[in-house]
Amino acid sequence: MSNGNLPAPEAAAELTAPIRHTFVESISRRLPIICTVIILAMVVIIVLNFLITGAPALSWEFLTEAPRKANTEGGILPAIIGTFFLVLLMTVAAVPVGTITAIYLTEYARQNSILARIIRFAVNTLAGVPSVVFGLFGLGFFIMTIGRGVDRVDWDRRMHVLRDALAAPTSPVAGNRIATISDVQKYLFALRNDDWSGEVKKLQSYPRGVSGPTTAELTVKYLDRTPELHWGKPGLLWAALTLALLTMPVVIVSVEEALRNVPREIRDASIALGATRWETIRKVVLPNSVTGILTGSILAVSRGAGEVAPILFTGVIYSAQSGPGSLTDQFMHLGYHLYLLATQSPDVDGTAPLQYATTIVLLGLTLLLNISAILLRSRLQRRRIVL
Amino acid sequence: MAKEHLDPKIHTDRLSLYYGEKQALREISIRLHTHKVTALIGPSGCGKSTFLRALNRMNDTIDGVRIDGAVVIDGVNIYAPGVNVVNLRKRVGMVFQRSNPFPKSIFDNVAYGPRLNGISDKKELEGIVERSLHGAALWDEVKDRLDSSALALSGGQQQRLCIARAIAVNPDILLMDEPCSALDPISTSKVEDLIEKLSDRYTIVIVTHNMQQAARVSDYTAFFYMGQLIEYNQTRQIFTAPEKKQTEDYITGRFG
Repeated sequence: MSNGNLPAPEAAAELTAPIRHTFVESISRRLPIICTVIILAMVVIIVLNFLITGAPALSWEFLTEAPRKANTEGGILPAIIGTFFLVLLMTVAAVPVGTITAIYLTEYARQNSILARIIRFAVNTLAGVPSVVFGLFGLGFFIMTIGRGVDRVDWDRRMHVLRDALAAPTSPVAGNRIATISDVQKYLFALRNDDWSGEVKKLQSYPRGVSGPTTAELTVKYLDRTPELHWGKPGLLWAALTLALLTMPVVIVSVEEALRNVPREIRDASIALGATRWETIRKVVLPNSVTGILTGSILAVSRGAGEVAPILFTGVIYSAQSGPGSLTDQFMHLGYHLYLLATQSPDVDGTAPLQYATTIVLLGLTLLLNISAILLRSRLQRRRIVL
Repeated sequence: MAKEHLDPKIHTDRLSLYYGEKQALREISIRLHTHKVTALIGPSGCGKSTFLRALNRMNDTIDGVRIDGAVVIDGVNIYAPGVNVVNLRKRVGMVFQRSNPFPKSIFDNVAYGPRLNGISDKKELEGIVERSLHGAALWDEVKDRLDSSALALSGGQQQRLCIARAIAVNPDILLMDEPCSALDPISTSKVEDLIEKLSDRYTIVIVTHNMQQAARVSDYTAFFYMGQLIEYNQTRQIFTAPEKKQTEDYITGRFG
């Protein structure tokens, strides 16, 4: 037959024959499953390893007390508190700034404007910088430049006031008179200015001793040699800001993604009703991208909570008896503590349980943060329909 | 009630529009009459939707658009510098081709516009929402579930909701861009009945692909082709005795 149709029996046989798979096809169906199994197995093995080795060291004491004997005994409570506050501050710094930047890039900037391109370039570059470089930047910029700059300004102000006090008629060294250090100390102490309590103490180490002679000029010169550092040293604030810089690109990119996912139609609907651009953002775009913004924050927090290199020079400390009490305090950190125990501790093998226990706590903290954010997000997703 | 309305409500004066290098509208001059329904017809890509969007400056949201000529509404050229675009869009409302309710409740959708205008009194908002939903022939179907999500409504209901939302801000002019093209026949006829009712209070400009619809619903019809206004006349005239051959060819289906 020349019309190309198969006769009935052959057609039927063709329709009911089993499907033939090529070799490549049969592999490609099984390969994803094999890979998944391998990955899951690795996760399970790692987690079990931690749990088994670390569980013996996990105790109430471990979680609630401060470390003793060079971190080989006691607990890690200061590290838990330190990590918590660090991550909190980092989030507070990174999420709003990142969100606003993303809003500007998506909603306001014309797509090819110079400013938008510069910002995008900066964000992409930041995303590729190694974490330890952020640490150096934090040290050089936040601590040395800004921190010390603030201290310098403050110091100059205080010295100015101190000079005036030393020049006052009631001062023992007024008008180029010579007096002993302890006279000056008593005078300053009597003025009851809390600002100078540190300086009064410092005068104890005056090279000629407290009964040595001094003038107003010499006193100030001596104090000026070692200006007090308050902001110009590693501390919680600078570490948090450094980490915020590190995680900013993550926040910006995911918020941008979330904003772009809001369909053009409902933006148009809002504009057609006479809303300004900001009103549209506030009433339609942002409510619809909250879940995306939260996702971005979760990613950023997770990334930041685990980073150790940026905080090495900007605020973490070997050991402390309590968590950080102010923005200028140094702090213990779970990730750093892990590193210490594994490499610097006097008894590396003996502290293995402590290392693993610290890991469990760190993972647990991260997991807790993630879960609460995910729960918040799913609650918002369910409510989203009637926003 | 003395109606002191300018007629024509809108007129354009050699309006041209460019998307970058491409010219989408060529010197359109047209006078659209107050409290009448004007239909814009023409094959795909002829510029009728672009023209419609030029009437409330929605083209401003697209990068690279350039306008020559003028669109004059109530005696003001809306493309003159210093024109308050936000207020313009409150006076010239728009209903889109695919319904686009906000993912909010029915009430919040209709109240969106009034709230933008600063109305926050609950009673007042409730009154406006009810009036607007009545005006869109939707009230009876949704009056018991104003707080439920707008997205749960059917396609036809969503489109009527969008109409209610547009009229809630009390515009003078209503622009409708193929409002029925995504609807089933029953919803379509409901919306068409609505359009006739609405023209008592609003000046309506409707873009449609469906010539029977244009013939049913409009008082005036404008035929666009390749960015130019070919013919504009009373609907009866266009469909029974068109002046230009192109118009006749289009209407009789020789090209589409």
